[in-house]
Amino acid sequence: MSRLPVKKTYKLYIGGGFPRSESGRTYESQGQNVARASRKDVRDAVVAARAAQPKWAGATAYNRGQVLYRIAEMMEARTAEFAELVSGRAEVERAIDRWVWYAGFADKLAQVLGSSNPVAGPYFNFSIPEPTGVVGIVAPDEPPLLGLVSRLAPAVVGGNAVVALASETSPLAAIELAEVLATSDVPAGTVNLLTGFRAELAPWLASHMDVNAIDVTGADGLRSDLERAAADNVKRVVAGQSDSQGLYEIAAFLELKTVWHPIGV
Amino acid sequence: MVQTPALPAEFELPLKLRLPRTGAVDQVAVEARAGELAKRSIKRDAKLWALDLAIRCCDLTTLEGQDTPGKVAALCSKAIRPDPTDPGVPSVAAVCVYPNLVAVAKERVAGSSVKVASVATAFPSGQSPIDVKLREVEDAVAFGADEIDMVIDRGAFLSGRYGQVYDEIVRVKEACGGAHLKVILEVAELGTYDNVRRASLLAIAAGADFIKTSTGKLPGAATLPVHLVMLEAIRDVYDGTGRRIGMKPAGGIRASKNAIQYLVQVHETLGPDWLTPDLYRIGASSLVNDILMQIRKEKTGAYQSRDYFTND
Amino acid sequence: MTEVEKRRGAAPVPRDWTYAPAPESREIVALHERYGLFVGGEWLEPTETYTTVSPADEEPLATVAQATPAEVTHAVAVAREAFIDWSALPGSERAKYLFRIARILQERSREFAVLESLNGGKPIKESRDVDLPLAAAHFFYYAGWADKLEYAFPNREPRPLGVAGQIIPWNFPLLMLAWKIAPALATGNTVVLKPAETTPLTALLFCDVVCQAELPPGVVNIVTGDGAAGAALVDADVDKIAFTGSTEVGKAIQRRLAGTGKKLTLELGGKAANIVFDDAAIDQAVEGIVNGIYFNQGHVCCAGSRLFVQESVAEAVVDKLKRRMATLRVGDPLDKNTDVGAINSRQQLDKIEELVAAGRAEGAEIYQPPCRLPERGYWFAPTVFTNVAQSYRIAQEEIFGPVLSVLTFRTPDEAVEKANNTPYGLSAGVWTEKGSRILWMAERLRAGVVWANTYNRFDPASPFGGYKESGFGREGGRHGLAPYLAGAVQ
Repeated sequence: MSRLPVKKTYKLYIGGGFPRSESGRTYESQGQNVARASRKDVRDAVVAARAAQPKWAGATAYNRGQVLYRIAEMMEARTAEFAELVSGRAEVERAIDRWVWYAGFADKLAQVLGSSNPVAGPYFNFSIPEPTGVVGIVAPDEPPLLGLVSRLAPAVVGGNAVVALASETSPLAAIELAEVLATSDVPAGTVNLLTGFRAELAPWLASHMDVNAIDVTGADGLRSDLERAAADNVKRVVAGQSDSQGLYEIAAFLELKTVWHPIGV
Repeated sequence: MVQTPALPAEFELPLKLRLPRTGAVDQVAVEARAGELAKRSIKRDAKLWALDLAIRCCDLTTLEGQDTPGKVAALCSKAIRPDPTDPGVPSVAAVCVYPNLVAVAKERVAGSSVKVASVATAFPSGQSPIDVKLREVEDAVAFGADEIDMVIDRGAFLSGRYGQVYDEIVRVKEACGGAHLKVILEVAELGTYDNVRRASLLAIAAGADFIKTSTGKLPGAATLPVHLVMLEAIRDVYDGTGRRIGMKPAGGIRASKNAIQYLVQVHETLGPDWLTPDLYRIGASSLVNDILMQIRKEKTGAYQSRDYFTND
Repeated sequence: MTEVEKRRGAAPVPRDWTYAPAPESREIVALHERYGLFVGGEWLEPTETYTTVSPADEEPLATVAQATPAEVTHAVAVAREAFIDWSALPGSERAKYLFRIARILQERSREFAVLESLNGGKPIKESRDVDLPLAAAHFFYYAGWADKLEYAFPNREPRPLGVAGQIIPWNFPLLMLAWKIAPALATGNTVVLKPAETTPLTALLFCDVVCQAELPPGVVNIVTGDGAAGAALVDADVDKIAFTGSTEVGKAIQRRLAGTGKKLTLELGGKAANIVFDDAAIDQAVEGIVNGIYFNQGHVCCAGSRLFVQESVAEAVVDKLKRRMATLRVGDPLDKNTDVGAINSRQQLDKIEELVAAGRAEGAEIYQPPCRLPERGYWFAPTVFTNVAQSYRIAQEEIFGPVLSVLTFRTPDEAVEKANNTPYGLSAGVWTEKGSRILWMAERLRAGVVWANTYNRFDPASPFGGYKESGFGREGGRHGLAPYLAGAVQ
């Protein structure tokens, strides 16, 4: 007689924990009941992200790189599990390698993006990249894992905290990823993943006054409205690609600070 | 008349080994501010008034190994009547000489308003035993000097013996009797504006009536930024104690345009009360002729030649 | 010894030394009565016009165009046409045009400085010593990048965007023009630039420089006018909008561009904290405070408008500040001794007066040094408010005038928290002699520019721009190229 499996409950990932939606709602996807986040969940996620961000940004770049590498380690161990939730191993392996790539860039960003500026006067002047703060991400529906990782990793490696809306059609990989994050020394609240209906949730993220940037890569038909709402607090609007990897993906979520100091005796 | 010294804030007696933290000075900012003040454009009547004041504040100086009574006599004539052709030009404030020439100078300026200042204390180095230095001061005063320009012991200052620097000034002040005391900091040797400020406050605490930038024997001497730092120290003492201490930049001021820049600093930092020879002097030798040329240019409209002004 | 000689040296009574007027001559500027639109290398007769004045005395200076939407559209079309050849030119050729422009600006520097002060109200000392040298330097700096773009962004092949629509403010008219045009042209774009309504004249004179440099027609086009002309430019067929101005208008532009795919950079307002610790070089810090808020009459987006002074030295600093304010000379912008010039317009003066009245009503204590303000023109005395609470309008809203609010703090943490407690994030100042604290504060201040032991320093090599509602994108330095290149390079 075959054994009855204990079915997983698919919940949200907020503040390092796995709560259900405060609305109590779910929706059916990939044969499961998936939490259907509400605007209050978005609100709570942003609060968690904002609280976590200074500590994440204050960690050394080396530390952030190590954390991202650990995410890759943890994902690798679960490759088979992930593969069942998405199109196959190929997507999972690309996603893992993506984490590795970004992990290796953490402690180099200031060197590549920063500068010492030769001003015409007795001043030392330098520019350094800094994370913009809390980033909202509307991840692509497809590919559900690779698309999410492609948008998430560049935001996080630079020291930002993230609230991401997972693929609506294939959300399970996102929650699996949340489990990986929870075991990878990612500080609680640094990454928050919400499943649910994007048309309902994305506008709350785009209009939130405590979100510094919004990634509309997966927003499709919602994009114009989200961009318009973003103007309320001059959010940085980023539109990327579902399978890209590069320095400028990271830079899109970074500010630049320039410091002047006189040189004198 | 001898007053008790004006004690700046944070100075407690007896002086401890470490100078009180009297506040840092940012080099770049102070030089920028001095540069801005130097851009003031002073024209016509305002310029003539300033030039007239500059002469009245001059200490005509000769401090050479080769000074003789003849040289000093000529200097004194110039001091009393800088421009023989223009009786409107006032006398300078003082002549400044070595102790051995004080008596000659005193005789030659008798009856005029020109004072006789003497350098002393092993000028310019200050590197002699204190007894020798004090004796020099006493002699200069006995010869008739109205004012004494002393040097601080920079060796002691830079090696941290602030108490010694202080004590020496106090004792020199005593030896001055009724003569007023200018304390030369020799700013070019102090190295930083921070040190200039601390030395200024230290000198005032010990009894200086005037603080003075330089001996004029080193290149560099008075500069606009250093002058500003010293004026700010004087202003802080005034704010704290109500007492007005005098200022004297010396060395390197050859052109009228510079002299006016120094006066502008005084005007905008300390205010018009300091624009008088009682509180402000300029140590110079060739400056006077340049001022005379400027005055004549303002009055006649034509640029001048040095041939028309006496070299005393 | 004669009686005259005896009397001669008597020390006179000190008196207040008034500097005589020292006006810079206006004759160096050949002002036309009327200016049109500069499009395609030619002057076009405008359909609508308005008059621009000198804010120091309200004297009308010239009639200039009020560009209509049709005229703006035409200018953009001309710029698009010119883009084809301009972007195909080797970078080294584009560089030489920009070097020419830089040199000509240096040669005609005095002329431009006088016109800038005349039309805008800022002291000639500033336009001559700050605005003009920086404007020329900006062209020189970006000229050198034009043929080295492949070094600027690793792994990117640099391609221009096309036509940039650029809208600039009235506080540094020519300098803001340089900040916009230089990087745009260096990267191969063509531009349509709309100067601020109240300060069109140096931009119009710049068209002369463009012609002298033999820049191909249509690469730079200048259309003057008010906000409506700016709105028309935002809606036109441009590939990018670069805007410097108020946060309110910046947001409106961002909303307007939503979904259009046009690139955008914004440089908006600020309410910078200027933070003085007890171990600062106090006299120099006072200079920095004064420079931070009274330079250019406080018409500076990065002005240090909130002074945070450590409580232990607050009284000493404020006393020195007030004394220093009393030496500020307010008057004729063309007088070389003037430190503080005219307010740029009636509207701006009204806004300043409204906020100052609010400050008084809310209970802050006001100090203004005695100064005689001219009868005609737009004037406001340098002002400082003490006893200000964080919630007062004068501590929250950007005044954009010579008005400083003073607040106190006790610890570095408190200073950082209060400094960052604003939707703005353009700049900040820190004054302390302790090195580790300088860097600690610089790390924590949420601002795009941190001035430590200095203030209001600008340089073409130094990237400038804001965090949060002060905008996004940087101008100056290598990073200043990014807004004008296609593909993600930022």
